[in-house]
This record gives sequence, C-alpha cells and structure tokens, in this order.
Amino acid sequence: MSENHNHDHHHHGHHHPSPESYWSARTKAVESLLIEKGLISSDAIESVVQFYEKDLGPMHGKKVVAKAWSDPDFKQKLLADSETVLKDLGYFGMQGEHVRVVENTEDVHNVVCCTLCSCYPWALLGLPPAWYKEPAYRSRIVKEPRSVLEEFGLVLPDKVEIRVWDSSAEIRYLVIPERPAGTEGMTEEELAELVTRDSMIGVVKVQPPARANV
Amino acid sequence: MNGIHDVGGMDGFGKVVTGEDEVLFHEDWERRAFGLLNGALGQGFFNLDEMRHGIERMNPADYLTSGYYGHWTATLAKLLVEKGMIDESELDRRTQAYQKESNKEIPRRENPELVEHMKQVVKFGASTVREISAQPKFGIGSRVKTINHNPSGHTRLPRYARGKYGIINAVYDAHVFPDAHAHGKGESPEYLYSVRLTADELWGVNGQEAVYIDLWESYLIPVNE
Repeated sequence: MSENHNHDHHHHGHHHPSPESYWSARTKAVESLLIEKGLISSDAIESVVQFYEKDLGPMHGKKVVAKAWSDPDFKQKLLADSETVLKDLGYFGMQGEHVRVVENTEDVHNVVCCTLCSCYPWALLGLPPAWYKEPAYRSRIVKEPRSVLEEFGLVLPDKVEIRVWDSSAEIRYLVIPERPAGTEGMTEEELAELVTRDSMIGVVKVQPPARANV
Repeated sequence: MNGIHDVGGMDGFGKVVTGEDEVLFHEDWERRAFGLLNGALGQGFFNLDEMRHGIERMNPADYLTSGYYGHWTATLAKLLVEKGMIDESELDRRTQAYQKESNKEIPRRENPELVEHMKQVVKFGASTVREISAQPKFGIGSRVKTINHNPSGHTRLPRYARGKYGIINAVYDAHVFPDAHAHGKGESPEYLYSVRLTADELWGVNGQEAVYIDLWESYLIPVNE
C-alpha cells in the first residue's frame, strides 16, 4: 500500500497549470507505451469510444419503459425477472449483464446511485452523466434523498417512501417512472419520446405531454 | 479499505451540479482514457475489481481533483506497472514529455482483430454469476446484521452500511466475490442479496426512506428474533 501511495505522489513535485494537463499527459503516456508494446491499438480504442458516443444512449431504456406502460403483462414479467426479459429483447452487454427493474408508484419512489464508484446500466441508458459520478450526488443521495430530489425539482410528499438503490455489486438498476396523466391512447413510440434518462435513474418524474416541451 | 471513494453519507460536497454535463467526454484525453481502460479490461490485463481497488488506492487529494476519467488513467497506470507490463520510470518520463509538449504525436497502430474482439466484449459483457453447490443462507424477509469490518484491501461493504440491522429484500445468484477477486485470490463466488436498511437505522432519522444495497453473504450475520 505505502509503495503505491508513493507512486501516486510523483507529480505533486512538478508544476503543472491545471490537474487536467497532468492527467491528459499521463493518459497519452500510457497510450503511447501500450501502442509501442503492441498491447492496444488505436482503432480498438476508437471503436469502443464511438460505440458509446454514437450508437448507445438512453434509447433502449426508453423503449423498455414505454412497453411496460403499454403492456401490463410485459411489465409484470419485467419486474419479476428483469434479466431474462431484457435479454430476450436484446438489451444486454457490458454494464448491463445483470439488471433489476423497479417501479415508481404513488406510494414508492425509487432512485439509483453508486456510492462507491459509478455503477450504472450502460446497456440501457448509455454512459452516465457527470453529476451521477461526482461525490456530491453519491454522498448525499443515500443520506438526504428528499433534499437531493428537491434540487432536481422533484418534491415528494412525506408519505411517499423513497427507496435508494446503492449499486454496490454487479446488479444494475433501472427505474420505471410513473406514467404521466394525459398519455392515454399514445403509442409506444410516442410514449418512449416522453421518457427521459434522468427519470429512469429516478431523480425526476416524466412530464405530461403538454409540459414535455416546456 | 476506508478510502476517499467511500463517500456514502459524507457531508460537505455541496449541491449536485447538473447542467452542461451532457457531453460524455469534456476533453479528448477522457475519450482516450475510456477506450484504453476498456481495452485493458477487455483483454484481461486485470479484472474489474482490481480496477476499482486501483482507484480506491489513489491519494485522496488526487482522487478529488483528477475527475472521473483521471481515476481511470490512475488505476490503469498503477495496475500496468504493478503487473510488470510497463515500467514506471519510463511512464513518468513519458508523462513529463507530453506535459512539456502537448502537441507531441501519439503513435498509431491498427489491429482489426482487436477491434472485433472489443465489439464482442461490449456486446456480451462479462457476467459475474457463478454456479455454486451451497444453498443461500438467507431468504427474503430474513433479518440480518451487516458485519463491522475495516479491511485494508478491497470491499464492497461501504462504511455507512457496516454494523447495521436490515431485512433481506431479494436473494440473487452467487456472484464473484470482489474482496477476494481484487487481490488475486480467485473468484470465491458467494450469494448476493439486496438488503433493506432504513433511514432510521442508518442515520437516526425518522423518515419514509430506506437504502437498498447489494451485499455478499459473508458481509451478513443472521439475527435470531
């Protein structure tokens, strides 16, 4: 431990204008060494990045939520055995190997976090937003969830039970938000458009269609 | 270990700042760090538990100032050095060279086979579920107490949840045990549980709130009523 501790301190003796410049240089240094040793390739790095930047986002999660809102049998199966149902739909992969879906109702509000690092269902929601990974959210959401949700604009009555899911293992959590009023008769595609990434983490509600574009 | 990463329940970090966070990567080096770390994990240079423990061993000041992808570069560099895959003094010299000359080119290498391999890694992921012969010790509704341990190594039982009474909410499969797997002690799979810990138990406040946390069997002690 103490050996590693010392290693991390080398850069403190140097002068660098901002922490970013050190970590940028450090990243370039690692990449160049791994390339020279034949241990990584530039195209492999780029293809992984491109997949998460261009091909994946919250779209899978939105479709799952819209389907659950539209089809009660599907929702029951999804809640009972999330993993099998999602795999059958083809929604799995790295950071989505094991998923549990939980449902928000009038009485129970679920919200997802990872206090120890940043665990998040990439396969359904893409990569997490920066605030999800920062200490402010991770430290406070388990201790004062009502205050944190209020900062997101979500004020819940005291009688609503808040369940905070701390993703401390390899189970990833997805929240089915409450279906908003005024959405009767909408198709799954239209409903999916209303669903937001943040509502599937549980920090906001899905807004009714009239307010969705405000 | 009781590292800076274990922030659950800490005060002082201020409000949650959202806003202009919608770009996935703020700087190009973050993009490269993301690809590099996944490339290293995807080729089995180290495992996910070792990766997390590498971050936990960062100096707290570095952890708080390096940003999320700084954590990734820090653990990547640390583990590659520890595994003897790169030389630390060479890495330090190279880092200084890039600090002095930020436009210095990064060498390129193409490997279509590795591109294909990484596509499979991303598509299928890596399940941590393992078959074990033992039966789970606890069932849904069982009352348990979490252990109070303070290991110097890796654990996924955070400080705020130690020595607390809770109720089993779900019995999951057996999963690879991080406390062993991060330290070259094999996978040692154990049953994993969702455990409900109320706000009253955790924080001494009387509210309609609870944390549901995923804990391995050896973090849990049976409570006889």
